Amino acid sequence: MSLAGKSLISISDYTKSDWLNILKKAKQFEKKQPGNILAGKVVASLFFEPSTRTRLSFESAVQKLGGSVIGFDQAGSSSTSKGESLKDTIRTVSNYADLIVIRHPLEGSARLASEYATVPVVNAGDGSNQHPTQTLLDLYSIQKTQRSLNNLTITFVGDLKYGRTMHSTLQAMSQFKSSFLLVSAPELVIPESLRRELEESTSSYKELADLGAALPQSDIVYMTRIQKERFADPIEYEQVKNRYVLRANMVSGTKPNLKVLHPLPRNNEIDEDVDQDKKAYYFEQALNGVYTRQAIVASILGVNP
Amino acid sequence: MKQLRVSAIENGTVIDHIPPTRVFKIAEILAATESTDEVLIGTNLKSKKFGSKGVVKLSNIFLTEPAIHKIALLAAGATAITIKNYEVENKYTIKIPDTVVDIVRCFNPNCITNHEQSITKFAVVSQKPLKLHCHYCEKIMNEQQIEFRT
Repeated sequence: MSLAGKSLISISDYTKSDWLNILKKAKQFEKKQPGNILAGKVVASLFFEPSTRTRLSFESAVQKLGGSVIGFDQAGSSSTSKGESLKDTIRTVSNYADLIVIRHPLEGSARLASEYATVPVVNAGDGSNQHPTQTLLDLYSIQKTQRSLNNLTITFVGDLKYGRTMHSTLQAMSQFKSSFLLVSAPELVIPESLRRELEESTSSYKELADLGAALPQSDIVYMTRIQKERFADPIEYEQVKNRYVLRANMVSGTKPNLKVLHPLPRNNEIDEDVDQDKKAYYFEQALNGVYTRQAIVASILGVNP
Repeated sequence: MKQLRVSAIENGTVIDHIPPTRVFKIAEILAATESTDEVLIGTNLKSKKFGSKGVVKLSNIFLTEPAIHKIALLAAGATAITIKNYEVENKYTIKIPDTVVDIVRCFNPNCITNHEQSITKFAVVSQKPLKLHCHYCEKIMNEQQIEFRT
């Protein structure tokens, strides 16, 4: 089904076949940049909180295809600082753009925005809720490095409780008969709702405390940052922040096809000595974000590569 | 044994089979405490079916859809009876709806609906135990976390 005009707020707004069509399109963009296919199109990039990769990769994605980008990169430079409601900002910006990309610190903000916008909206992260374009670029990275999305052993490490990218990537990959190994401190295990979803899916999961035991079986290791801002108690944060650190010597001896992913930014959870290893894939993953976001924007604007 | 005589109401609503712990909350939701018409509230009454139950009789108060949904979240399975001219006009079991619109506050302080003027909307993902899924922030709240919007 065509995605033209269809907002992307949660990964579940699109079907599995929509995801696969986007990945196919991303591959075409990676193979060959088609020139100015977005000429005359304006994308509003409304970032109410800071972001490096998501904002810049969206803007790069659009500009490389000849589209223009308008917007702001912090709430302070928008009329929000004058007390304007999100709804009013969205109604106004809808008049100026063909598509709105929104990052906002409050959960549900992108869904609300999509109900007031007269143009499609893409969620670029709403609080701890969803980050569907990150999920699609994760899927693209997994498919590209493993040549398939099916029957893989994927290890998620770190903050399995609050990490929004990890949640939606796990949800999406659960539709591809995955075997998940979930490595976290007991304080940061996956939420109940996600556990129930996994139990109902065709995938299996095992919770482990030992990263070393998970590595030899893994095709993908997905590291996540422990987010300091999620902890009310700083002592609790200190206790878990360096619990799982991936080092170069731990990667040697793993499966030859293993790739290490991370949505970035990282803190200490991947030692810099891993960066030189060919199994480290997180910077390429960030590059894949450009192709995937080109595919998403082009699909929603009804433009083909 | 001496029994209290409870007069029949001419026009209004009777809600029967309420769990006793929910009777006063339901009376409050229906603004029974502010009514100047006849209001009868009974609790811990003997019930063959439920062991004990509560009943609320309200003259000249009729249930709106939001009120029915609120009662459903507190006392699913209660019986609502509409009385017109001393006759039962309508009698039905109050059931939990599939979606709950604009009556419940989201328990997540970081949900946009707690910051912007907006409706709230929840899908009932489980009836027993009761679980509501927020359409906006996508968090799931349980029965203990339910708070009505004012």
